[in-house]
Amino acid sequence: MSQHETIETFQFSAESKVLADAAIAKYPEGKQRSAVMPLLDIAQRQCGGWLPMPAIEHVATYLDMPAIRVLEVASFYTMYSLKPVGKNFIQLCGTTPCMLRGSENIMKVITDKLGIKNGETTENGMFSLLEVECLGACVNAPMVQINDDFYEDLDSDSMAKIIDQLQAGETPKTGSRQPGRFTCEPQGAMTTLLDQEPLRAQKAGKENA
Amino acid sequence: MLKDQDRIFTNIYGLQDTGLTGAKARGDWDGTKQILDLGREKIIEMIKASGLRGRGGAGFSTGMKWSFMPKEVGERPHYLIINADESEPGTCKDREIMRHDSQKLIEGALIAAFSMQAHAAYCYIRGEFFREAEALQRAVDEAYADGLIGKNACGSGWDFDFFIHRGAGAYICGEESALIESLEGKKGQPRLKPPFPANVGVWGCPSTVNNVESIAVVPTIMRRGPEWFGGIGRPNNTGTKLFNISGHVNKPCTVEEEMGIPLKELIEKHAGGVRGGWDNLLAIIPGGSSVPLMPKETCETVLMDFDSLKEVRSGLGTAAVIVMDKSTDVIKAIHRLSKFYMHESCGQCTPCREGTGWMWRMLGRIHAGDATSAEIDLLQEVTKQVEGHTICALGDAAAWPIQGLIRHFRPLMEERVGNGRQPSSAAAE
Repeated sequence: MSQHETIETFQFSAESKVLADAAIAKYPEGKQRSAVMPLLDIAQRQCGGWLPMPAIEHVATYLDMPAIRVLEVASFYTMYSLKPVGKNFIQLCGTTPCMLRGSENIMKVITDKLGIKNGETTENGMFSLLEVECLGACVNAPMVQINDDFYEDLDSDSMAKIIDQLQAGETPKTGSRQPGRFTCEPQGAMTTLLDQEPLRAQKAGKENA
Repeated sequence: MLKDQDRIFTNIYGLQDTGLTGAKARGDWDGTKQILDLGREKIIEMIKASGLRGRGGAGFSTGMKWSFMPKEVGERPHYLIINADESEPGTCKDREIMRHDSQKLIEGALIAAFSMQAHAAYCYIRGEFFREAEALQRAVDEAYADGLIGKNACGSGWDFDFFIHRGAGAYICGEESALIESLEGKKGQPRLKPPFPANVGVWGCPSTVNNVESIAVVPTIMRRGPEWFGGIGRPNNTGTKLFNISGHVNKPCTVEEEMGIPLKELIEKHAGGVRGGWDNLLAIIPGGSSVPLMPKETCETVLMDFDSLKEVRSGLGTAAVIVMDKSTDVIKAIHRLSKFYMHESCGQCTPCREGTGWMWRMLGRIHAGDATSAEIDLLQEVTKQVEGHTICALGDAAAWPIQGLIRHFRPLMEERVGNGRQPSSAAAE
């Protein structure tokens, strides 16, 4: 669904309904309200990344809650978007551990390449950019999250390449961009779990070739 | 230095099979029924004896916390809640447990839940960890299919369910009562205590909230014994710990080490040293953004554990070590943290809601040199007005980094404002 469309009505699709009912079943009987967060997430995914008012109202009806209580939740948590976002929602971590490792340069690369500022969406609805708070991948800083995936150990070149790939309709590799690094282990010789060194050479070599 | 055979998280980097087969090959789920057969009281006693202190930041005795749950189950069921809302800047350890070593968490949850007579655990994972939640769900599905959890878990006669609840981007939900509110489908705003969760937790039922790492180390403690765990580290600061080393080091990393390892050794052995050499070090935040930074002199000798860091007026927190070299504008670094707290304040208590904004703006002016020396004192005063005047610790967490900055870098701040605006006649009065 394009970000320019307005959404006048909303109903869970058959697939969303299955997910929603499974989410509700996780909580004790009579506590279905606990499922408001998963249901908002399901609705947001169905709407292409944001929550129009009819979706919020539908979730409220589905859980037998006042709509204002659902709106309260939807507006409290950062990950619910009350306005349309681009197909690729770039969330750049700007908190201190990422800042120390150059997140400001990453921000510059993105804004220069896409011609948008923090908080904006490109004209064609392909990209949105938002600086967010710590995403919890600090030993792989700087990093961005694009939709559901983390892209880590970035520099200007690798960030530019990711955008190029997305523009070309490709799926960039997720995770660390540092040569020879697999996940959160130190680059270079391993300092612990030494018997796993060959595995690392094999895996990281393949991953970041 | 901790030996490889004494590490608990043997797949923390995800290099081996992350599935159940791989986990079992590493020793997970070995004799879990025999552990449960020891009985609730014995398990809690052993966890107390191990000296395990909560790995989420506060460092309270895990066994003691478990013992606060009602001894008899009344009309209200008991719940175990696992705090996987890992959002403290600098911290990224639970993420690795969930995506790489997740069976340890599930097995630990069964043992903990059984000890507290809970038939269900809810694991609250921060929403941004979408892939981690997927990985954990796969692990949970495997554990169910193998009879390790579910009805008659491990053949123990105990029924146990493990549910994942994803958050949606609110740091405050790492505070246990805000987490509970969120799990109930509300805004994540902390509750006044008492009542404590052990009496009135989720859905009004007795609940205990534990950090991911605290729960995930439990099976190994039970298998190898509390003496083993208690023999690592220093008295009152025992066991192994996952450290995250970020910022200006040559090789940022996550590593499991013994509690009480000297900070300098931790950085030089595992993170390739400070960028530009040890002498290029300016300051370190040793336990996630909420604890005060330490200048280089302190970093030379300090040990990485709860009590040692408290002695130097900082804290172990989540053991997230943020290193800043001499190229850092330390005022800017702390200013960025102030922005974080302003964004993450839940807005419930006035001193925090308003104070986090004040602190951010004042520090911004000092950073820009657009302030007077008197404003440094005023800023200190505001931190004192916020600290201790809010329902939860977010207010304290917002105040402490700034107090640390003023304590250790006041001359730099003076110099910055000295080049800026001069006191106006009004301000001088």
